[in-house]
Amino acid sequence: MFSAQPVNQHNRQVEWLFRLLFGIMLTLLIIPVLLIIATLFHRGGSTLSLEFLFTFPSDGMTAGGVFPALLGTIWLVVVSLLASVPLGVAAAIYLSEYARQEHWLTRIINLATINLAGVPSIVHALFGLGAFVLFFRIGTSILAASLTLAVMTLPVVIVASWESLQAVPRSFREACWNMGATRWQTIRQVVLPNALTGILTGIILQVSRAAGETAPIMFTGAVFFLPFLPGSPFDQTMALALHLYTISTQVPDVPESLPFAVALLLVCIVLLMNATAIWFRMYLRGKKKW
Amino acid sequence: MAQPHPTQSGDHLDGQWYVDKLFHGLMFLCGISAVLFVLGIFLFVFAEGAGFILKSLDWRQFLLSPRWMPTSSYNPTYGILALIAGTASITFLAMVVAVPFSLGAAIYIAEFAKGRTREVLKILIELLAAIPSVVWGFIGLAIMNPWIIQTFDEPIGLNILNCGIILGLMAAPIITSIAEDALKAVPDTYREAAEALGANRWQTIAQVVLPAAKNGLLAAVLLGVGRGFGETMAVLMASGHSINMPESIFDSVRALTATIAAELGETAVGSDHYQALFAIGIFLFTITFFINMTADWIIRGSKRG
Repeated sequence: MFSAQPVNQHNRQVEWLFRLLFGIMLTLLIIPVLLIIATLFHRGGSTLSLEFLFTFPSDGMTAGGVFPALLGTIWLVVVSLLASVPLGVAAAIYLSEYARQEHWLTRIINLATINLAGVPSIVHALFGLGAFVLFFRIGTSILAASLTLAVMTLPVVIVASWESLQAVPRSFREACWNMGATRWQTIRQVVLPNALTGILTGIILQVSRAAGETAPIMFTGAVFFLPFLPGSPFDQTMALALHLYTISTQVPDVPESLPFAVALLLVCIVLLMNATAIWFRMYLRGKKKW
Repeated sequence: MAQPHPTQSGDHLDGQWYVDKLFHGLMFLCGISAVLFVLGIFLFVFAEGAGFILKSLDWRQFLLSPRWMPTSSYNPTYGILALIAGTASITFLAMVVAVPFSLGAAIYIAEFAKGRTREVLKILIELLAAIPSVVWGFIGLAIMNPWIIQTFDEPIGLNILNCGIILGLMAAPIITSIAEDALKAVPDTYREAAEALGANRWQTIAQVVLPAAKNGLLAAVLLGVGRGFGETMAVLMASGHSINMPESIFDSVRALTATIAAELGETAVGSDHYQALFAIGIFLFTITFFINMTADWIIRGSKRG
């Protein structure tokens, strides 16, 4: 297949050329994003302030802050966490601790998880509207929107939790079983505590994902504008991501810095979440005792 | 974790044993939730559009007519061909942008980068994937749009070019990370064998590693296509959203997903128009379902082989 020649100058050059080419390709992927973030800072940074975060929009959303949208996003994320975390972690526990790896049912669950992650977000919105808003008669509300988000982000929680459960060595479980503990006692007192940081990483990624989603909440609970703050999960709400869509496409005469500031805020929230998750993962790797 | 459990021998059936059984059942119910949700999505979306899909929908017209005129008062027409063409043209351009760069980036990360550099590059790619789609859409509107108008002297900068680049940047991190996994899955013994035969780094990559990983790379591209098909907000904001059979990359088009997002809020629940949007939803669900299944099948096939 290859001629057995000593490494010559020409070969070296070809290798370096390709290395350079691929390096440039990678750089070209990363540079636009850094440019975008820099532009967002440049054109929205001066508007983004504490006052911007804590005041209501005014003058038909062409001035003022984003407080109701920020609070709405927090509502949506927290309620969706309450639904997706117990369900996702339990599903991961089933897949990792109970299910037989080659069983047909396990295979189907894995396929379903992959598909759930691949369904377009607007189809999740249709599902949320058809199921939660209309069929279960929750109405357009924080609850319906959060449940839609929870279904959509469930795969993130399942996959991250499954990975961290799998990382707990089997010998930990065996030692516990040999002490006479039941399977559930083993999971609760040995496996889960050891997998906790990894599961937390998955939850942070879920938060980051849910905070940025727009399509699934458009018809299920989030609205363009509300003059008051939501008081319960059965109220409608504003949300940051939808607010960005609204002021950049639906409202005329918005000063340019306003949508830039909202976009910057969203990107900051999401990047902060992801950075935390990455830091957690590194910390976890450093702390690993086995 | 499938071996019989020590306490199943039955020598102490105390309270803990029942607690154990209870939680086993509970975890099982949560375990199959993903399956129930996928079935639920299909059933509920289908049920909402069923009246229209089963009775008044003309399938030939639906798939083959480029005329999407649901609000026409005398003769509403539901043809999604132009929308399919819009989605396809945007996704195609996105793949032209994303595939070479993502595969190049994946090869660099997997084969050339080492240690700390590698970690940092992977983190950067991951952060790229985290930017929300509505922010991408806004970038299309506020940054790309004036840039295209200025650079190419076009009247409108919201078109296939704008949307394709945006979508390409969105799909790139997914393709990169899956392709990188595929390259990493090629055993090091392959590389060592090639090097022992006198191949240099590039010969090893081009003639040994890439052929061995080709299924995984194909799956990565397919999942990128799936992402492009399903993307909603960025496409809605950056494509121009006008119904066109595209002829050049400077044409504005409208995508399937964007149509649902833009029109659903304005329709009456249960109307033909409303149900037609759910029919588009079923169409999108079916396509992405097959794309995901094929990608999974290719990946599994490559692991066995």
